Amino acid sequence: MSDSATANRPASNAPPAGLLEGIVQAEGYKYGFITDVETEDAPPGLNEDTVRFISAKKGEPAWLLEWRLKAFRRWQTMAPPDWAKLNIAPIDYQGASYYSAPKAASGPKSLDEVDPELLKTYEKLGIPLGERAALAGVAVDAVFDSVSVATTFKDKLADLGIIFCSFGEAVREHPELVRRYLGSVVPQGDNFFAALNSAVFSDGSFVYVPAGVRCPMELSTYFRINAAKTGQFERTLLVADRGAYVSYLEGCTAPQRDENQLHAAVVELVALEDAEIKYATVQNWYPGDENGKGGIYNFVTKRGACRGARSKISWAQVETGSAITWKYPSCLLEGEGSTGAFYSVAITNNRQQADTGTKMIHIGRDTSSTVISKGISAGRAQNTYRGQVKVLSNADGARNYTQCDSLLIGKRCGAHTVPYIDVRHPGAKVEHEATTSKISEDQMFYCQQRGLTAEDALSLIVNGFCKEVLNELPMEFAVEAQKLLAVSLEGSVG
Amino acid sequence: MSKLLEIRGLRARIANGREVLKGIDLDVAAGEVHAIMGPNGAGKSTLSSVLAGKPGYEVTEGTVRYLGRDLLAMPADERAREGVFLAFQYPVEIPGVNNMYFLRAALNAGRRQRGQAELDAQQFLKAVRDRLKLLDIGDDLLRRAVNVGFSGGEKKRNEIFQMAMLEPKLAILDETDSGLDIDALRAVSDGVNRLRDPARAIVMITHYQRLLDYIVPDRVHVLADGRIVASGDKTFAAELERTGYAYLGDAA
Repeated sequence: MSDSATANRPASNAPPAGLLEGIVQAEGYKYGFITDVETEDAPPGLNEDTVRFISAKKGEPAWLLEWRLKAFRRWQTMAPPDWAKLNIAPIDYQGASYYSAPKAASGPKSLDEVDPELLKTYEKLGIPLGERAALAGVAVDAVFDSVSVATTFKDKLADLGIIFCSFGEAVREHPELVRRYLGSVVPQGDNFFAALNSAVFSDGSFVYVPAGVRCPMELSTYFRINAAKTGQFERTLLVADRGAYVSYLEGCTAPQRDENQLHAAVVELVALEDAEIKYATVQNWYPGDENGKGGIYNFVTKRGACRGARSKISWAQVETGSAITWKYPSCLLEGEGSTGAFYSVAITNNRQQADTGTKMIHIGRDTSSTVISKGISAGRAQNTYRGQVKVLSNADGARNYTQCDSLLIGKRCGAHTVPYIDVRHPGAKVEHEATTSKISEDQMFYCQQRGLTAEDALSLIVNGFCKEVLNELPMEFAVEAQKLLAVSLEGSVG
Repeated sequence: MSKLLEIRGLRARIANGREVLKGIDLDVAAGEVHAIMGPNGAGKSTLSSVLAGKPGYEVTEGTVRYLGRDLLAMPADERAREGVFLAFQYPVEIPGVNNMYFLRAALNAGRRQRGQAELDAQQFLKAVRDRLKLLDIGDDLLRRAVNVGFSGGEKKRNEIFQMAMLEPKLAILDETDSGLDIDALRAVSDGVNRLRDPARAIVMITHYQRLLDYIVPDRVHVLADGRIVASGDKTFAAELERTGYAYLGDAA
């Protein structure tokens, strides 16, 4: 099923820059520094020895090495998905290096060495000075003296029994929890990119909120900004025990400097009885230049399991970065009366491509889900919503409401909506609404006639369009996201 | 009285299309209310669009001076911030954008231009209440998204409310009376009359004489085939009403 609205798709889709010759050189040039090759890196190529090398470097237990190897063997039998509406140049998986030790000395030494354009963007976004340096990749130890910030939070969380640490640390300190939940939502062989991640994941975050505990603050990766770089194959596991509540913020609004072109992350959420997880993402990886050259490929598997009765999981995302985004944060609604939600804003400009949406799988009785997706296309970008709503035969009283709105800016971009609806219960209530609209000259002129500049007018109209989703973000994040939308669309009005 | 607006020999066409304005001359002083009347297709709405800087029109000849400045050289948003206000014939809907939020953004954009401090939420609310009282309208429109789901009358009322908030020096009302029933017309007209001010010029563009029963102009002009073919004082409107535009002969 597909209803598409395409405003004059470009006839010849120039393939994005060849992978792996891409961003290292491009960014190295851009920021005017050279990355030293260190001996700690794994040699290029991917085989069982690479997986063993990574596991050994991280000092992992035998069970985890076995787990990785199993994933690797599955991955070898799999092919990259080709059903998305994306134009992806073939990726040479053997040409990449899959492990690099954290390199404190490889970045710029101070803010003076950072691209002034990048700093200007940070300023527009209102990123505090101390954080700008860290985000720009300045060797963090040199500028980030507030280790105390992180430790203060850690102490407070520890008092409540909340575990919030790097994935590597969790493997060492809480192996029983990791072992119980790792791969329980996204199995190793789930899909090509998840299998790759399972085999070679670098690091990531681990969160456990014990039964009955309400996490008193938004858990943000900001707090871990001075932790080792998590690398391109990030792994996140978040468990909310019975009656627990946690809100998690991933990413940040500032464009992040990164040397790896391919990002294949996996995020697993587990909500037990009466637990609630809110997971918010702002993704603003480097999108490439106007022609799409050098941007990051973001192929992410995110899934949450509402295991327990009355559990709740909600995903909220603002996707503005990356050359290519392939991402479907999903909910498995297993527990009776559990609810899932997906709120998404995806903006594509220039040559960016996004194929993103969600899956809501209704397994238990009286489960309900809500999907609100806002896609915005400008330049020559292609933006696809792809979503599945599945109601299994035992899911009495299942309900879903889906709303997909697309906004086109200019004449050369495309917006597409591809809903898959698979209902195996006669009593299910599934609603789907979709709209496609263009920012009209009339709207722009109306705002300008009242004194707003073209940029402010566009930003106002786009923010209005996204309002229902922005409302779902934590307050501070929402304010940043509003500014980010404006910055992302810069140059898209004449 | 000093001339607020001076139009000389203005010719304009729809971009890459036919010529619509074929040489307009018009002087408007502060404190005056002018009515521009004429049959459909005469160029009334084109004139208001060109003055406001709407894209899609090309000025081929002539000048427009506003407070002594070259109006045509200013971008549309700058004209607005300098006090040119257009009440739209068809106010545009902006989904998801709260009416108050929009108005405050617009108001503060103008204040920044004039080097005034922006209004904070409380000052803004006070200004809103004052204007609502002045215009004798309720606050039911304020919580809604800009023009979304408004009736025709509500949209026009909202335009006049915006005018009251933005306090323009030159207000152009484009067919503000169109599509209004008699009660709505009276309400909107009362609002405009309360906004008459010695420092403010108002140019009303209308197809119908009835608006002039409610907002009595100082000057009335007839626009036909891209030119002002006749002008007079307020009694002239009544004369037109009796005779129609036909007597203008070929020009109409």
